Amino acid sequence: MGSATLIEKAENYLEYKAHKGIFAWLLSTDHKRIGLLYLIAMISFLWVGITLGFIMKLEMLTPDKTIVDAQTYNALFTLHGVIMIFLFIIPGIPAIFGNFFLPIQIGARDVAFPRLNLFSWYLYITGGLFAIASLFLQGGPIDTGWTFYVPYSIRTTTNVILPLLGAFILGFSSILTGLNFITTVHRLRAPGMTFFRLPLFVWALYATAWIQVVATPVVGITILLVVIERVLHIGIFDPALGGDPLLFQHLFWIYSHPAVYIMILPAMGVVSEIIPTFARRTIFGYKVIAFSSLAIALIGYFVWAHHMFTSGMSDTARMVFSLLTFLVAVPSGVKVFNWVATLYKGSIELRAPLIYVMMFIFLFSIGGLTGLVLGSLATDIHVTDTYFVVAHFHYVMFGGTAIILFAALHYWFPKMFGKMYNEKLAIAATPFIFVGFNLLYFTMFILGYLGMPRRYWSYLPEYQTLHIISTVGSWVLILGLIIMFANLIYALFKGKPAEANPWGGVTLEWTIPSPPPHENFDKIPNVTNGPYDFSHINETKDGKS
Amino acid sequence: MEKEHNTHLIPYGTYVLVWISLVSLTVLTVTMAGVDFGRIALFLALLIAAVKSTLVINYFMHIKFDDAIFRVFLFVALATLASIFILTSTDIFFR
Ligand code: HEM
Ligand SMILES: [Cu+2]
Repeated sequence: MGSATLIEKAENYLEYKAHKGIFAWLLSTDHKRIGLLYLIAMISFLWVGITLGFIMKLEMLTPDKTIVDAQTYNALFTLHGVIMIFLFIIPGIPAIFGNFFLPIQIGARDVAFPRLNLFSWYLYITGGLFAIASLFLQGGPIDTGWTFYVPYSIRTTTNVILPLLGAFILGFSSILTGLNFITTVHRLRAPGMTFFRLPLFVWALYATAWIQVVATPVVGITILLVVIERVLHIGIFDPALGGDPLLFQHLFWIYSHPAVYIMILPAMGVVSEIIPTFARRTIFGYKVIAFSSLAIALIGYFVWAHHMFTSGMSDTARMVFSLLTFLVAVPSGVKVFNWVATLYKGSIELRAPLIYVMMFIFLFSIGGLTGLVLGSLATDIHVTDTYFVVAHFHYVMFGGTAIILFAALHYWFPKMFGKMYNEKLAIAATPFIFVGFNLLYFTMFILGYLGMPRRYWSYLPEYQTLHIISTVGSWVLILGLIIMFANLIYALFKGKPAEANPWGGVTLEWTIPSPPPHENFDKIPNVTNGPYDFSHINETKDGKS
Repeated sequence: MEKEHNTHLIPYGTYVLVWISLVSLTVLTVTMAGVDFGRIALFLALLIAAVKSTLVINYFMHIKFDDAIFRVFLFVALATLASIFILTSTDIFFR
């Protein structure tokens, strides 16, 4: 280690090979390569998920059967949910961009436990295969919905156990990644990199890692209990066996609500990176944003039962959880206001990543505000279990997290691959995505308000017009996504070489070459200022020392 | 940054003492199962278990002699668990 510094140019991580052929990837413990392994796997799962969603929307073109039958539709929405939630959105940004950039942004050569990191990727793949395997086995694909609610998940004859175990294994992958990140942030910061000089992306990943470590075991246990109940017929959740079905819902959401913060916090971290770079201005309220990440992580534990307002839980609990739910909106609001304040009077450069971020602010705000409609008891009773909820979580998860994953991809693509994409085309894809998205999901708010229940394959004829608009929206959206990905894939092979710092960013990843050398830094940097200091931008271009 | 290793050596005697306490507490739990304490039986059993795990965590797992940050970590996890129990009880006890 460290002896290669005298050679004129350190080998970049894409050329550096510790093993032969494919093993240079499959056995690599380099955090950057592992990040790319995740990227490839996740984008593949994303497209499987998109395809399932596309088929579902086709089915909804007519009130009765269009192309699939009811049972197939049940399997479709379950697999769509399982894939998108457990294989794409939850691990997404931390596993891809956290792995790649967390060590670089704190001035380290790798994460604290590189082998454990590779192992987490294998766990991820194994979990994914388990989830998909149920498709091809006897009994047929799981049809419970991604929430696996009992007692149905205990009684259905479809293949429940495999995907459940898949989610269990994925949970371990998530816990180990979280553990790795926490240790890395505590142990491997470069000299001078104090906690309050950490980039906000790192703060967000740190808060997220805590949720991963503390909340994920709960879902692990819950899953095992369902499996035990299915196999051994011990009464835990199924009332017919003397169990309590609400207990399952509590346990499931004790994990799955914090999990929505596992999804969104890293995305908020990315936003806090991109906005200062393109506003050429230090972030407004650095500490407040950093602490609001911790606050969201903390309060996020205490609101889970807002998913159970109509489940038959006690009135006391309903009021307590409704109140607590409103509290979460505060730190989220703090962030949005700080971002907007950062943009205010900045010298804004409307480049592709920033356009995706603007789209995020708009869509996520709609998602968050409709969350308040769901968080207040009286209105929730009207719209729960309808398309309104489906619209809400697509606005926050797709409009929020996935759009920011795309923003991050555009922001860091030049750094990761050393290639530049066609920016005009990247921008040209955004109107399709934006318009398609709103056609597809805004109609769902209206449908839900009018009473269209979720998870049904047929519906009353009066809903058809809105369903057709929604389906057409899905085509426009998918077209936009195809343009976006095609552009990036083309750039991967034919793109022009990227500079070390194409956007004028000031965090550490922009001080090293694109793509980064195998060990990131020739010399571990000595950090002397906060992360978004644009006052001596030219000095930083040739490396601060 | 922080010191790599905390070389605090615990005498064997302490370990033996802790072990003896653990064994006696186990014996106590088992004996108590034979007595009818009514509604507080569960509470008592959990109390003893809590004392035992405190001993294990402090001595066998060395938390007592490690950096303060590890105690913070542990506290965060336990406080979260406690809050989850309390919040769930707003449903269970008020149904
Ligand atoms: C201010 C922020 C938010 C509030 C107040 C809020 C509130 C709620 C409420 C009350 C529900 C339950 C609705 C029902 O089932 O009747 C819900 C559902 C949901 N929310 Fe949110 N939410 C917020 C942000 C988010 C974020 C950031 C995400 C993810 C990134 C998210 C993901 C979901 C999901 C996945 C569901 C539906 C789960 C299901 O039943 O399948 N929410 N939200
Ligand atoms: Cu929730």
